[in-house]
Formats: sequence, structure tokens, C-alpha cells
Amino acid sequence: MFSYCADPSLLQGFQWMSCYLTSGTHLLFYASFGMVLLLLAVTAPIALAFGYGGAMACRSPIGPLRWVGKTYTGMVRGVPDIVFFLFVPIALDQGLEWLRHQALCDSDAPVRQGNDFVVCAAAKLPLSDSPAWVHDTYALILAVIAFATVFGAFAANVLYGAMQAVPREQLETAEAYGMSARQVTRRVLVPQMWIYALPGLSNLWLILIKATPLLFLLGIEDIVYWARELGGAKTSAFSYPHPDWRLYYFLVILVFYLLMTWISERVLGRLTARLSAGQATLAGEAQRKAATA
Amino acid sequence: MSCLQTIADYGLRSIGLGERLLPRTDFTLCQQVTLIGSGLIWNLYFAVFALLIGFFLATGLALARAGRNPVLRGAANGFIFLFRGSPLFIQFFLAYSALVLLPRSGIEVFGLTLPTTWLTRAWAGALLVLILNTAAYSAEIFHGALMAVPRGDIDAADAYGMSGWTRFRRVMWPTMLRLAWPAYTNEAIFLFHATTLVFFSAFPAFQQRGDSLYYASYFAGQTFNPFVAYPIAAGYFIVLTLALIGLMGIVNRRLNRHLPGAADRIRYRPQLFR
Repeated sequence: MFSYCADPSLLQGFQWMSCYLTSGTHLLFYASFGMVLLLLAVTAPIALAFGYGGAMACRSPIGPLRWVGKTYTGMVRGVPDIVFFLFVPIALDQGLEWLRHQALCDSDAPVRQGNDFVVCAAAKLPLSDSPAWVHDTYALILAVIAFATVFGAFAANVLYGAMQAVPREQLETAEAYGMSARQVTRRVLVPQMWIYALPGLSNLWLILIKATPLLFLLGIEDIVYWARELGGAKTSAFSYPHPDWRLYYFLVILVFYLLMTWISERVLGRLTARLSAGQATLAGEAQRKAATA
Repeated sequence: MSCLQTIADYGLRSIGLGERLLPRTDFTLCQQVTLIGSGLIWNLYFAVFALLIGFFLATGLALARAGRNPVLRGAANGFIFLFRGSPLFIQFFLAYSALVLLPRSGIEVFGLTLPTTWLTRAWAGALLVLILNTAAYSAEIFHGALMAVPRGDIDAADAYGMSGWTRFRRVMWPTMLRLAWPAYTNEAIFLFHATTLVFFSAFPAFQQRGDSLYYASYFAGQTFNPFVAYPIAAGYFIVLTLALIGLMGIVNRRLNRHLPGAADRIRYRPQLFR
């Protein structure tokens, strides 16, 4: 990074530290914090969409669709989320490769041969000759889907509860005005449910933030991976030898997450105040009283 | 090999009894069910002890937070923020990397050498993290419940001449528990599920003695088939979660026994109110 970093073995004190902290691998470490934010930004809307779909399925008048919705929202109750994080990416990967195997390969050989999962070269995902970034992106997409599946189920629980909490009279009034079921949902139910869903969704956001280090379990080079790589003791064979510094790296990550939580709590608090305005809830009532007093 | 023989060989494998090597080829369904079930010993061990010890620590923290002493209050607030604001996964890594830095030869205290290596083992180190973690979450729940104890209950206790410890033990504490119990049930379930993280974080599974998810991922990795091992683990967890809900429901009924109709079934809302 700096011009004096050419020969690290000659450096001392502050210069050594400044070169050490700007080495190539450290820049990758810093970039992985960006990946956490990216994962959050991508996963949150997808999970919300999954949750909305799940909640709507739970309310559906069609039996089979309702059962699917109930199973989806119920599955996260008894099973640890880590099981899903381990299961979903590999199951999805094998499912996609099996589908491509059926379509693209002309062999009749079964995909499961003993303890191996074999598909022909054309059915591999991603293709074995594709560049490294394709493999990385594919792994990340599978991770996003795993996160969205689990958090979508949580969000479906929250949104379903929120839809049930919208006062029944409001919906009946809308029906009395001659709105169709679809109109009632779009014009009355959905706009009103957010204030009831917000406490649950805020909580879910905080849980999602705290679930991001689980990316490490999926074999992705995230902040935990780099903290272990960089923090481990380095002998003099390396440019920057140092003893076991993993503790300090994990302390940095800890502070990062504490900051994320702290900022989120502030923002969500303000959002709750905004959304409570004019609502028939205790918070809305308190705001009205404060305004007139 | 019959299934009974497999159970005899691997039933207690997770605590180091029975067959030394894990199965390597020709995996049978019986082996998978047995070993994954054997791993549950660790999940139950972590959950039971973390909840038992964490419960008392949490009560202390909630009282410190509600108390008048500003130093204690600040310390309790800081502790709760630290453990609720950061991921459990990172806490495991942090604790492990801190514990391995302790001198291997032990610490000298008044001429006695205290051994330290046992702290880096999962049974002690991970349990410590889980205790502190659940204490922080439960303290938040208990504090909320303590603040919701009806004013009239305390006035009535005062009128009976109770004060200090007696008033707390006889009036405030039972009411606090009664109000906190539904949320505390959720926390207990979450903690039980979180025990699966232990052997996927920094703590090594000594001689391949791991928990049920450790064995499930072992089988999924060896057979390259996630559709058998993970559903088995999931099935075990569903059964035990239902048992835990039932157990907490019994306690809930006992806590609410003086209030007819209040002891309805706890509505379980997973993890959403952490």
C-alpha cells in the first residue's frame, strides 16, 4: 500500500502496523464486511417476500395451499435453523443438478451410485470450466436462498399474526362498501398490518444480523474465515510474523456487530414512532395526547 | 450386523463409550439413527446446565438492572447489551481464542497451580458461553416482567408487613416468573436449538465426540446425501422441542394455579421475541 512497505522485515512499530493492516489479505478481510452488508441488503427483501407469500398461503381458502403455508411456517418451530443452513444449499444444489441431468444428459445411469452423486459434465452447476467468480457467486446465491427460506418462515409467522391483528371491523366495513376480497386485501389489510408486524419484523432484522456469521458454515470466505486465517500465529516464513492474534480479530468483529445492533435499534425506534402516527394503538394514542397537550 | 448390535456399539459413542471408529462404508439407516441420537446427549447436557445456571444468573442480573445502585445497574446493562447485541457464533469464537491464550501450564494462585486446559474443551468452554448468553436474554425477559409486577401486589405485601427478601421471595418473584414464563419458554427452546452451534464453531469435537448435528453433517458429507441424515436430526429435535414445551407448560400451570383460566397453553412463537 505505502511505498515503504516493500520489505516488511525492516519495518518497526507504527510503520510495520500500517503495512500489516493494509496488506492484500487484509483488504479482502475489510471487503468481507461489505459482503455481510450486501447479504443483509439482498436477503431481507427476499425473506420478506417469502414471508408474505407464506402468510398469504396460510390465509388461503384453498386447502392444499393452506397446508403448504402452515407446514412452511411451522417447520422452523421445532428444528434448529442451523440444520436448514446446512441442508438447504446442498439439497438445492443436488436438486438442480438432478433436473439438469434429466434434461441435458442422455445416460440412463442413476445419479446416486453408492456414496456418490454423479451427473454428467454438462449438468454440473456451475460448469467445471467456468471461472472462479462464477463458483463464488453460485455459492453465495445458495446461501442467500438458505437464509431467505429460514427467515421467510419466521417473517411468515410475524405477518400472519399481524394480518390476524388488523381489526375485523375494518375488513367488514370494506366488504360492506362492496370491495372484492382482493381489494380488501390490497387497500385495507396490507396497509394496516405493518404497524402490527413492525415489532416482530424489527426483532427479526436483529436476529438476521446476528445470523450472518453463519455464512462461514457454508464455506464462504466471510469475516469469520478471514479472522481465523489472519489471526492465526504466523511464523517467520510469512512477511508479517506474529503470535496468535485471533482474539483481537474476533474483538473487532464483535464491535462491528454491536455497532450494527445499536444503529438498527435506533433506526427501528424512529420507524416505529413514524408508523404509529394516527394508528388505533396505544402508541398512536399517546402521540395524539402529546400533540394536543 | 443387527441393529441391536449397532445400538450397543454406537449408542454412547458421543461420550466416548463403545466402538472407537465411526462407520466409514456401507452406512445403514440404523447407524445414522443411532449415532445422531447418541449426539443428543451433548445437546441435552448443554441445554440443561446452561438453562439451570443461567436462570439464577438472569434473576440476579434482572434485579441488578432494576435496583438503585448505579454501578450494578450499569454493569448489568452492559453485560446484557454485550451478549444480546452480538452473535452467539462470534461469542464462541471469541471465548475459544481467549481461553487458548491462558498459560498451558496453569495459573499459580497462592502456591497452588490451577489447570486451565479443561476450559478450552467444549464441555466447559462452550457451556460457559451458553450460560452467559442465556443469562443475558433471560435477564431482559425477567426485567421486563419485574417492571410489570402489579403495583397493588406490592402494596398488599407492604400492608402485610413484608419487606426486603421476604417480599421479593413471596410476592415479586412468583409474579415475575408467572409473567415472564411464556417468553422464557421461547428462550429455552432457542437455547436448546443453539446448542447445535457448539461443534461448528471453534470448539473441536475431541475424538469425534460431537452433538447430533455434528454426526448428521458427518453422514451427509460421507454419503453425499443430505436427505437422510438431516431429516433424522430434525425429527429428534422436533420431538424434544415438543417435550420441552410440555415441560414448560406444566411449570406454567403451576405458576398460574391461583388464577383460574390464566394457565392456558403457551402460544409458542419461535425466536421472534428475543
